[in-house]
Amino acid sequence: MTETVNSPDLIDGVYREGAPITDTKAPAGDISGKWTTRKFEAALVNPANRRKLSVIIVGTGLAGASAGATLGEAGYQVKSFCYQDSPRRAHSIAAQGGINAAKNYKGDGDSVHRLFYDTVKGGDYRSRETNVYRLAEVSADIIDQCVAQGVPFAREYGGLLDNRSFGGVQVSRTFYARGQTGQQLLIGAYQALERQIAAGTVEMYARHEMLELVVVDGKARGIIARDMVTGEIETHLADAVVLASGGYGNVFFLSTNAMGCNVTASWRAHRKGAYFGNPCYTQIHPTCIPQTGEHQSKLTLMSESLRNDGRIWVPKNSEDCDKNPREIAEEDRDYYLERIYPGFGNLVPRDIASRQAKNMCDEGRGVGPAVDGVRRGVYLDFGDAIERLGEEAVRSKYGNLFDMYAQITGENPYEVPMRIYPAVHYTMGGLWVDYDLQSSIPGLFVTGEANFSDHGANRLGASALMQGLADGYFVLPNTIRDYLAKGPFTKIAEDDPAVAEARESVEGRVARLMSINGTRTVDSYHKALGKIMWEKCGMERTEEGLREAIEEIRALRADFWTNVRVLGSAEGLNQSLEKAGRVADFLELGELMCIDALHRRESCGGHFRAESQTEDGEALRHDDEYAYVAAWEWGGDDGAPVLHKEDLVYDFIELKQRSYK
Amino acid sequence: MRISLKIWRQDGPTDEGRMVDYQLDDVSEDSSFLEMLDLLNEQLIAREEEPVAFDSDCREGICGMCGVVINGQAHGPERTTTCQLHMRSFDDGDEIIIEPWRADPFPVIKDLCVDRSSFDRIIQAGGFISANTGSAPDAHATPVPKEDADRAFMAAECIGCGACVAACPNAAGMLFMGAKVTHLGELPQGQPEREARVLAMTEQHDLEGFGGCTNLGECTRACPKGIPLNVISQLNADYRHAGYGGRG
Repeated sequence: MTETVNSPDLIDGVYREGAPITDTKAPAGDISGKWTTRKFEAALVNPANRRKLSVIIVGTGLAGASAGATLGEAGYQVKSFCYQDSPRRAHSIAAQGGINAAKNYKGDGDSVHRLFYDTVKGGDYRSRETNVYRLAEVSADIIDQCVAQGVPFAREYGGLLDNRSFGGVQVSRTFYARGQTGQQLLIGAYQALERQIAAGTVEMYARHEMLELVVVDGKARGIIARDMVTGEIETHLADAVVLASGGYGNVFFLSTNAMGCNVTASWRAHRKGAYFGNPCYTQIHPTCIPQTGEHQSKLTLMSESLRNDGRIWVPKNSEDCDKNPREIAEEDRDYYLERIYPGFGNLVPRDIASRQAKNMCDEGRGVGPAVDGVRRGVYLDFGDAIERLGEEAVRSKYGNLFDMYAQITGENPYEVPMRIYPAVHYTMGGLWVDYDLQSSIPGLFVTGEANFSDHGANRLGASALMQGLADGYFVLPNTIRDYLAKGPFTKIAEDDPAVAEARESVEGRVARLMSINGTRTVDSYHKALGKIMWEKCGMERTEEGLREAIEEIRALRADFWTNVRVLGSAEGLNQSLEKAGRVADFLELGELMCIDALHRRESCGGHFRAESQTEDGEALRHDDEYAYVAAWEWGGDDGAPVLHKEDLVYDFIELKQRSYK
Repeated sequence: MRISLKIWRQDGPTDEGRMVDYQLDDVSEDSSFLEMLDLLNEQLIAREEEPVAFDSDCREGICGMCGVVINGQAHGPERTTTCQLHMRSFDDGDEIIIEPWRADPFPVIKDLCVDRSSFDRIIQAGGFISANTGSAPDAHATPVPKEDADRAFMAAECIGCGACVAACPNAAGMLFMGAKVTHLGELPQGQPEREARVLAMTEQHDLEGFGGCTNLGECTRACPKGIPLNVISQLNADYRHAGYGGRG
């Protein structure tokens, strides 16, 4: 993106606006009947024809493994890809809290409609009604499926499943397996996938990375992947492609994501014509263990359940910040959430808790070690809880989390307050999809965190696992068959010009990265990008900051392509090369995130624009101007991105401003 | 901290491999073991030497992708994953020897990375419950006693890192396999395939070249998730039942 960026016909100097788009797949009628109608209207594929149809699935987390297992079982030929050494390692495994489902097992007034309502409201009215309703509708089936697979959810003494309330929701609809719900659900989906691998319906390609999408005659027909062990560039063709490749939070370098999480599969598809929806929506989680120094490679989440009993505070006076917290008198402590939001106190939503923690540290009242001259931590204090309930009771409730904290920090949280700070956790943005989960490229479907669809501007706790499994087990298998029923598709030759072009672009890119032979490591670029993104496109964004960030990212990207150093060989395992390809894509995505954040001059959910706040400093939405999905089209290497707006129409829910005061 | 390292370097599966000495200064005791290796790699790249290949992903102790032998112990001196081991567990001036998992069924790919796909093949042999999507009864149709659900959960905590195999003098995979057999065997849903499962998984285990268990207990001592030795007793009991008394 060079000469065109300053041309006068660009909006804000950085983007163009294209034609609006709409979802044409959701059927008409009452919201409660739409999914049933769609399933009925979607064409069927005769079982004998299914084995002639092939599907590629990239990613083996909850969305990818469940889709692979289900499509394999149905009789399609499935090829499944993951970059890890086994599909069991996908990052869904790290989710702690739980999975929501409208089972109403507690008889406390839950229903499909209430889960739907809570999710739309939690997303600050920036998600699509139809998709969210369907998510709530199939949620109950997910629990049945997982239990049948042997997922060991927590049970009551009577043998029935236990539920808890989660993330400030007023009903108990969260199913859980201690603090390891994600692990247990993923292992269930992984086992179902392995069963299909054994049955021969799924072919598994572990330690493989998708590096390009193959588009023939406007349709997604395959991928170019690199075998990360041999370095071989492989062509894989199919009738349809599913991306279940997760989120892109690692654009910030430090995040709660696994080290390997990346945007490459999505970004390569975006460059081939798939629109990218709401890229700037990032969820920041308030309860992570703070950064301790420059050596740090990742941030670790502490379960949000800690906020139920812990009290959050910082010293009133900045002179007290390096004191032993136990020596700071009660009247010298500022329990700022309880002070500002007396109604909700320490249980305010994630975005508010996060932003206020940042405000306290920016004011100079943060605690813990200083990184880059600023202390970025606030206390999460269990002193009162231990006094009230006793140490044993606290241990039985939170013992494993306290042990984890002690392991990482070397401090005993029973004696000194924990320190926490917000961190990047989940990205609500992703490739734009219609009701069928199909992207703007026919034949390319996108599921789970990789799509933009179900969480709006902010994700409700325990909803990510629900969406991953809903998409993979129940939604995609029903919608992709409508597409596959149009097959059989013309066979593509491996030397088709479109295939050859895709392959050559991958080979050229690998060769280019290997030949730059500059002086800077890949990680140093990634860290530099992460700092720009966190400071200027993180918890709080300003017009000025975002404009600076765009310029800085462009300069960094130009430097990367002339000065990065990748050693070793492209033939064989080369982790620097893997990282270099991913960081190159993050450098392009980062700019788009800033452009998206710049154009959205309102605050909503995980997007706080400093220029758009109420007199009390709360996020201020502008529904009259911004109640739309921003779907960005790639504008070419030298062009500006093109914005397509999908208006969000709320027929079944009334838009309201949030208030937690 | 100042640390001396001896690290196994091996260019590829057919390369002989060798130990190489490195010196590292200014290691923060707050950094994790893998962050220490990141620091080493940054310095190696600066010197135009190829960085050390090692596996890791979540870096929060749950994905099971990391794992090396540190001073002779799988995952090192603490009972945790390599990613959750911190440099404060070592002293200034220490020498640390780092090797890949040692077991024939886990061949070295490069440096500290090994191929653990043999574990996936054991799961493929029967480590699942055959429940097709969409055919499940209501989750409350079958109550499960809490004690059984808790024991199933305990066994299901296995992260498949392979430390049990690396720690075992016979390279037995029986703690891993026992954990899965116990997890699924504790639940009513797991009963129909219980006997077939244990026979098929055991057969695959032996085919992959894992050794037999001699009850030394090194596996459970190395297990970062504390999977107890009694899952192996469970495995043996199920195997005997399936082989002699059951349908097998």
